[in-house]
Amino acid sequence: MSVFEGLRFRRVYSPIHNLDPRIKFVYVCAIFVAAIIFWELLPLMILFLIQIPFVLLAGVKREWLRSMRGAAFLATVIFLTNFISSFIGAGYIVTTKNVENAVAMTLRFIVLVESFSVFFLTTSPDHLGLALEQTHIPYEFCFAFTTAVRFVPVLAEEAQTIMDAQKARGLELERGNFLKRIRNYIPILIPLIVGSIRRSLELAEAMESRAWGATKNRTNLYVLKMHRGDFVLIVITVGILATAIYIRLFFGIPSLNELLGSLF
Amino acid sequence: MIEVQDVYFTYPNGVDALKGVSLTIKNGEFVAIMGENGAGKTTLVKHFNGLLKPTNGSVLVDGVDTRKVSVATLARKVGLVFQNPDHQLFSETVEEEIAFALKNFGFKEKVIKKRITWALNLLGLAQYRKTSPFMLSGGERKRVALVSVLAWNPKILILDEPTIGQDYQQKENLRQFIMQMKAQKRTIIIVTHDVEFVAECNPRVLLMREGRIVTDGDAQTVLTNPEILTHASVVPPQIAQIFIRLSDLGLPKNVIDVYEAREILLNILKEHAK
Repeated sequence: MSVFEGLRFRRVYSPIHNLDPRIKFVYVCAIFVAAIIFWELLPLMILFLIQIPFVLLAGVKREWLRSMRGAAFLATVIFLTNFISSFIGAGYIVTTKNVENAVAMTLRFIVLVESFSVFFLTTSPDHLGLALEQTHIPYEFCFAFTTAVRFVPVLAEEAQTIMDAQKARGLELERGNFLKRIRNYIPILIPLIVGSIRRSLELAEAMESRAWGATKNRTNLYVLKMHRGDFVLIVITVGILATAIYIRLFFGIPSLNELLGSLF
Repeated sequence: MIEVQDVYFTYPNGVDALKGVSLTIKNGEFVAIMGENGAGKTTLVKHFNGLLKPTNGSVLVDGVDTRKVSVATLARKVGLVFQNPDHQLFSETVEEEIAFALKNFGFKEKVIKKRITWALNLLGLAQYRKTSPFMLSGGERKRVALVSVLAWNPKILILDEPTIGQDYQQKENLRQFIMQMKAQKRTIIIVTHDVEFVAECNPRVLLMREGRIVTDGDAQTVLTNPEILTHASVVPPQIAQIFIRLSDLGLPKNVIDVYEAREILLNILKEHAK
């Protein structure tokens, strides 16, 4: 459940929370692209560090650390697969190069998780829906999207309650062989799915009784406007992306090992 | 016997749900836990079968620390029926639903058959034996959930909000059933907001507020004291309200039982008639 924690929005106000979600999304995409075009450790470390001021400025350090901890398991898997495959490929020797490569791949994953978690931690689902609407995506889709995001934590909480209820009836999830363990989850999945379907029908009824779709031209109580901070973020985003592409095309990037070697 | 010793509990999201709870529930006792939403009632009962382990302090069930045994081991002794039946019903028929826990606890096939029949008859569900639990009404689903726990005959029975969604007749059936269990010296703990139900059952009442037990006493004393009730966001039952408001007629203030109230009022009327 801890991974979901990192995606759960809390309504607080900070310079980052007040940014236009559209610009924030473009920023996340830019970081995404930058993380994909580099496979060396050094630039990925820089990308990782660039996000830290955002986290601190937004005041979501605790939630962010929790989602990082949630990603730790997958990060370990990525490190081990990369390390072991290059270890075998290199003829069963450990070289600084392949350790560095494995760390770089892991860091790339962490950078992706990091930027997305900052985005979701600082953007309310309503804000996000508003952004989608104002980019002229049909309201039905926007609504479906925001509702889905909104119900992730609810679903996670419900799964926990169901697990408790079945444990109270003597279900032991960790008992038996592999197949038995998968079967152990049936008593949890069925109530969860039935509950979700039931809830979506109820939601539809509730929406219709509140005049969903009564008018063609829907207006919004809030309208997104660009502020000074948003323009600053645009500049930062373009700067990061341009620098990244420029460096990729025209520079060779030293490995951390070589860099340290040349310094001392 | 359940012994709760200075228990603190903090949820992973940082909410302090219990802030120093101590209490002892003896075998054969009938306890109602009341209090406003978020007071920590459900969190407390989830400690009794080990679903939650105390952050600080300890919970002993029959002398065994809940941290040292699995939930499944404790559940055999402590049956907990959750508030919402939809969180546990998943089988194709009511019969299989009841058999689920019995299989988990390793009962034999023959015994399971017998127990199912016995359990279904307890709360008038025999005609639904082969029905899908999802086809039943809310109140019936609630009873199936209850029966599926009763089936393994736990020594201690905990019911979280048992009266929600039940019509008056079913509530009365539930009350009689609880009284029957009490007569058999079973330990029963109910978590509820239903003051009228508690007044009729007359158990030991624990009032909770903000993660602490603020009052512990018998129903007649607790439910007729407006000050402590207000403190825990509970209102007195109707009989108690009438008697409190009529106290200038010289009526006692601590009445919650309908029959007792009737006797007192009849006596007054007879005196007036003279």
